[in-house]
Amino acid sequence: MDVIADIAVQGAQMVLVLVLAPLFTGLVRKLKARLLRRRGPSIFQPYRDLLRLLRKEVVLAENASWLFRVAPYLIFAATWVAAALVPTFATGLVFSWSADLIAIIALLGSARFFLALAGLDIGTSFGGIGSSREMLIGTLAEPAMIMIVFTLALVVGSTQLATMAEHMLVPGVGLRVSLGLALIALVMVAIAENARIPVDNPATHLELTMVHEAMVLEYSGRHLAMIELASALKLQLYVALIACVFAPWGLARDGEGIAAYAIGTLAFLGKLAVGGFLLALFETSIAKMRVFRVPEFLGAALMLGLLGTLLLFVSRSL
Amino acid sequence: MGTLSFDVAHLLAGSLVLVSFMMLYQDRLYALLNVFALHAVVLTASVAWQAYVQHAPHLYVTAAIALFFKGMAIPIALHRIISRLGIHRQIETVVGVGSTMLAGMALVGLSMVVMLRVTPEADPLAREDLAFALSVLLLGLLIMVTRRNAVSQVVGFMSLENGLVLAATGAKGMPLVVEISVAFSILIAFIVIGVFLFRIRERFDTVDVGALDEFRGEQQ
Repeated sequence: MDVIADIAVQGAQMVLVLVLAPLFTGLVRKLKARLLRRRGPSIFQPYRDLLRLLRKEVVLAENASWLFRVAPYLIFAATWVAAALVPTFATGLVFSWSADLIAIIALLGSARFFLALAGLDIGTSFGGIGSSREMLIGTLAEPAMIMIVFTLALVVGSTQLATMAEHMLVPGVGLRVSLGLALIALVMVAIAENARIPVDNPATHLELTMVHEAMVLEYSGRHLAMIELASALKLQLYVALIACVFAPWGLARDGEGIAAYAIGTLAFLGKLAVGGFLLALFETSIAKMRVFRVPEFLGAALMLGLLGTLLLFVSRSL
Repeated sequence: MGTLSFDVAHLLAGSLVLVSFMMLYQDRLYALLNVFALHAVVLTASVAWQAYVQHAPHLYVTAAIALFFKGMAIPIALHRIISRLGIHRQIETVVGVGSTMLAGMALVGLSMVVMLRVTPEADPLAREDLAFALSVLLLGLLIMVTRRNAVSQVVGFMSLENGLVLAATGAKGMPLVVEISVAFSILIAFIVIGVFLFRIRERFDTVDVGALDEFRGEQQ
């Protein structure tokens, strides 16, 4: 019975992230619109968009290869697996052993690789420019992310997310400069990776600045739905990651009952709401950067991660 | 030495290094001055915390001097100098933020390696403070090296001195006289540099030190 229960909880986690992701995207859009004193679409609008896209016919370019048709499913699968590995409401899940931060980064990296390939596949100039910019951002964001992981792993002594969350729940962690630096760097990386405003704006089709939109410009129908869902999942994944490592309150531990899971789910919903509000506030208060400023932005994130790792060596105990 | 007092000291000294990096990142003069004022405020907090932890009331005097002169007087004076020179719209051409940042990281790493090797059996608080102070000092030097505008070189010099004050407060038993004399010599240096700024400006119509090289015939 235990095995079945464990698998059921893990399945619940997988379904939860999938169901909540469009809602979170809708929430951020609604909050942004309200902050700009506009009414904005309903927070359930992303679900309607996805359903409509799923019903529509797929239009393919003449020179689209098999890669172009396969890529959306690969991107979606890799992102979903990565999102399901981040603990949202409980830490002691069946697949917790595989919830290694480096593995999650690798999954997201392969999703990015396929997205860039798909952008290049059609051979339009926009796809090429989008892929090239995405790779520029990726080559800078991934080292920064790895430095953040090193900092966290040095503090906790493990790269497992469940272990990290449990370590952070203990009051003995204390004030640490490195953790603060890692948090800021992680937020910067999350903004760049999810194409949020200072780096990229997915809501526009301005050819001078678009990165993510340029790559998916040729997609339609169910392929586009997969890609949109994957990007919603990725945004939610980063919020869940920040919440899991830096604010793990309310997470159910291994083997606690249904009540603990319910509390964990409610806490996760609360964290998503807070994260969405902060993101909307940040995005409405800042202007879009030029593309060539992005390396400086991500260089600062890399610097913060590196500084966090270095500062750990002067603290009293590692 | 409680855990909390060490953690707070670590936090403040670490943020001082971080603010040094922020100074390295700025390329507009007014923004640079604002970050410099922030640097002085963080230094004040750090020194005041050391005074509280070490039960050394004379360090409060040092903190007050840092807050008054470096946090208020010098930034305001530099603001006025910049607006009188009419260079407040200028954006500095530095070597390039990315490579400067990497050089800064290398310097921080270097100072940590040196300090942790040299002082293995010292008090952990003093040891950590010395390592951070050395990196603030080296970052100040880097700011001076990578800037071409004389005003921002002055700012680099002042932030270098902030590192010295941090080191002095971390080491227990530094007499107040020494600290005050260091602070005043810096102030005198600031006045002298201020006078020189206007002389350079009169002579060359610019405060870009690249003009000096040209004058000496080293550069066409």
